[in-house]
Amino acid sequence: MRAPGAALGVRVSPATAAALAAAALVAGAAALPALYLVIRALQHASEVGETLGRTRAAESTLRTILLAGGVAGTATLIAVPLAWLLARTDLRLRSLWTVLLALPLAIPSYVGALAVVAAFGPRGTLQGWLEPVGVERLPEIYGFPGAWLVLTIHTYPFVLLPVRAALGSIDRSVEEAARSLGASAAATFFRVTLPQLRPAIAAGFLLSALYTLSDFGAVSILRYDALSRDIYVQYSAVFDRHAAASLALLLVFVALVTVSAEAVTRGRARYHVTAPRGRVRRLRLGRGQVVAQLYCLLLASIALLLPIGVLSDWLLRGLDGGIDWGAVREAGTNSVLAAAFGAGVTTLAALPVAYLAVRHPGPVSATLERLALSGYALPGIAVALALVFFAANYLPWLYQTLGLLVLGYAVRFLPQALGPCRASLLQVNPKTEEAARGLGAGPLRVFWRITLPQLLPGVSAGAALVFLTAMEELPATLLLSPIGYETLAVQVWAEAQAAFYSQAALPALILILISALPTYLITKGAPAPA
Amino acid sequence: MRRAWAALIPLFLAGLLASCGDDGLPTLTVYAGHHPQLMEEVMNRFAEQEGIKVRLRIGDPSSLANAIIEEGENSPADVFISEGAAALGALAEEGRLVPLPADVLEQVPEWARDRDGRWVGFGGRARVLVYNPERVRREELPQSVFDLTEPQWRGRVGWAPANPEFQNFVTAMRLLHGEDATRAWLLAMKENGVREYPNNITIVDAVADGEIDVGLVNHYYLYAMRADRGSLNAENFYFTNGDVGGLVNVSGAGIVDSSDQAELGRRLIEFLLTPEIQALIAEEGFEYPLVPGAPTPPGAPAIEELQPPDVDLSALRDLRGTVRLLQETGVLP
Repeated sequence: MRAPGAALGVRVSPATAAALAAAALVAGAAALPALYLVIRALQHASEVGETLGRTRAAESTLRTILLAGGVAGTATLIAVPLAWLLARTDLRLRSLWTVLLALPLAIPSYVGALAVVAAFGPRGTLQGWLEPVGVERLPEIYGFPGAWLVLTIHTYPFVLLPVRAALGSIDRSVEEAARSLGASAAATFFRVTLPQLRPAIAAGFLLSALYTLSDFGAVSILRYDALSRDIYVQYSAVFDRHAAASLALLLVFVALVTVSAEAVTRGRARYHVTAPRGRVRRLRLGRGQVVAQLYCLLLASIALLLPIGVLSDWLLRGLDGGIDWGAVREAGTNSVLAAAFGAGVTTLAALPVAYLAVRHPGPVSATLERLALSGYALPGIAVALALVFFAANYLPWLYQTLGLLVLGYAVRFLPQALGPCRASLLQVNPKTEEAARGLGAGPLRVFWRITLPQLLPGVSAGAALVFLTAMEELPATLLLSPIGYETLAVQVWAEAQAAFYSQAALPALILILISALPTYLITKGAPAPA
Repeated sequence: MRRAWAALIPLFLAGLLASCGDDGLPTLTVYAGHHPQLMEEVMNRFAEQEGIKVRLRIGDPSSLANAIIEEGENSPADVFISEGAAALGALAEEGRLVPLPADVLEQVPEWARDRDGRWVGFGGRARVLVYNPERVRREELPQSVFDLTEPQWRGRVGWAPANPEFQNFVTAMRLLHGEDATRAWLLAMKENGVREYPNNITIVDAVADGEIDVGLVNHYYLYAMRADRGSLNAENFYFTNGDVGGLVNVSGAGIVDSSDQAELGRRLIEFLLTPEIQALIAEEGFEYPLVPGAPTPPGAPAIEELQPPDVDLSALRDLRGTVRLLQETGVLP
């Protein structure tokens, strides 16, 4: 059947047409921030070149790329072995480690940065311990090392969750064949398993790198002159929205180049499951159990216990002030509600884009996918102001409602759901779907019974990532939420910036604590590792 | 899982409904880039006194000012309140604040309000040199920020150049001493090993921890941090001789041009200048009250003793030139 979409290079069935329409809508919404920035930059088009020169944007861009590459590379090296331990071995306390080691994503990066300075900064806790043995000064934490450390421990879950999900759903029969033909466990992992994990690893690497481009909290506290920091200076100190827009578009450009580079290296490889999934035989770690436990413990200590320790210290210093439990409970409910709906809506929005990108690769789907990713590398303030502009002027009924906040989360965090979704979809063999269609099942039924169950691990991983980052999101929450809708992240920020650290500590600790339960449900709800 | 999602839906709808709830009372919408608890307290008292509803949006001053500009004529904001005059100046420059009546403006000293009367200060924010009394004796402290470039201060001073309050101070220096003298001072400070911090809080911490000996900050951080954690090994030194280092900026308020509640807005601004609220701002916000006769914050000298340098705060909104200078000298990226 030749349908109207044939001219676009897409074979269009009704189902595909529906996916195309949905994906176009999603990509359009996600591209709003970029569109807004183009409008603002063009208003003072003659100053764009001057702005980029004056702010020495080239140097900041190089520094930003260096940091993003360093963070994403380290995050991948940390997370892939961890995902394998959690999904494929008899590691003790697996469920606990899965939840605990995903939680650093819910710690706002500026809180992480404050904790790292408190611990490793000059005159910090560590130096205090080392002073008796004559250590007068630790290596400089400010600048690249600090920013790299904070963002690595904040973003490695971006790699961990999708790779763990992929390990649960890749074709194990090939691995078993390799083992039965005499390949060692290590050889099987590197030559059979790892290549099949490439889409999930690439998706996680990309999320970590692009998040680093957008981060403002850590680079500002650790004094690393990244592009996001320049953009913030333009908005907050100079009140020059046009210069900020020029710099932000530069960041969008860097992000799109990164995405394209990833697409080129990814090529058109497919990693279909050709046989039904067998029950996994978990590798016995034996004596390695101790090493594996120490590895998890070390990571949890730096990424989770350190910030919690510093926060507890602040809390204990100022407990006499009393605690307004009612306000904290309300903020907690607000946080969970907005983050849960943000995660749900974002995941639904990601499905059609991922479907088109995997099943109908071509210029149309590639463009939609790029548009969907365009806002992710932007600092939150640019995204928030874009949505303020469009909603206040064109959608006043939506402005300052919970609906707009959820839309804001979807626009900011779409790639976090898209990446894992896409990686999962690459593993679904279209032949199974075709067989079901051939046997008379309708397209919806096939999607529901055949495709979705196989997608579930990736979809859940994506939803978890969106949920956790939405819990700690600040700039969009401040500007887009209904008036008076206070979340835990807002409470933490308001107190910390007024120097009331002890008052900031409690909502921050509760933020981490209540993120744990939904993370558990989501990672458990996905039937990833059997 | 599915049941958990189903349970969330009514909550979400309730949230949607609550956000469009309206109980018929006159409503004033305030965007406040100021401390949340203080603002909530002020707004609760005002709502009670007037028998109205106040909707309060808290955020940082620059984001809220940018938001009002982006919202355009559809802005829900009636009153804008800001820490520091910069965001107020930016809004006024965009033509988004309407002039206030003279009897409101004249309650505060002339230096604490907009020259064109579009915003009025209600709390003072003094620049000080915070120092560690164990590492520096009070009589060793300089009489001017220009002395900080001398060799005995090498590597002992902290500043926060990305901080808007610091940038206001540099703008004041440009206005008082000229472009060349300011550039020379910035370069000499860099040459003298000044340490850069992200904000005032980290500077006060660094001074108290002995990481540096003195820092250029605003006066109230020390008092707020003390109230938060008890003792801190740091003291404020006030330049009380008209030196630019003793600049006093203000927290202020203005009425947004698109507001349809300008009269209620004016009454809120008058309320901020009453003795009751001036005292609250001093005790809870640690700012200087600006209406003569109100008590100064605990532990700080009376505002009459401060002698701020002779700078028009309205002129401080020219931050563009300051940031350009900071970038030229490599102080800012």
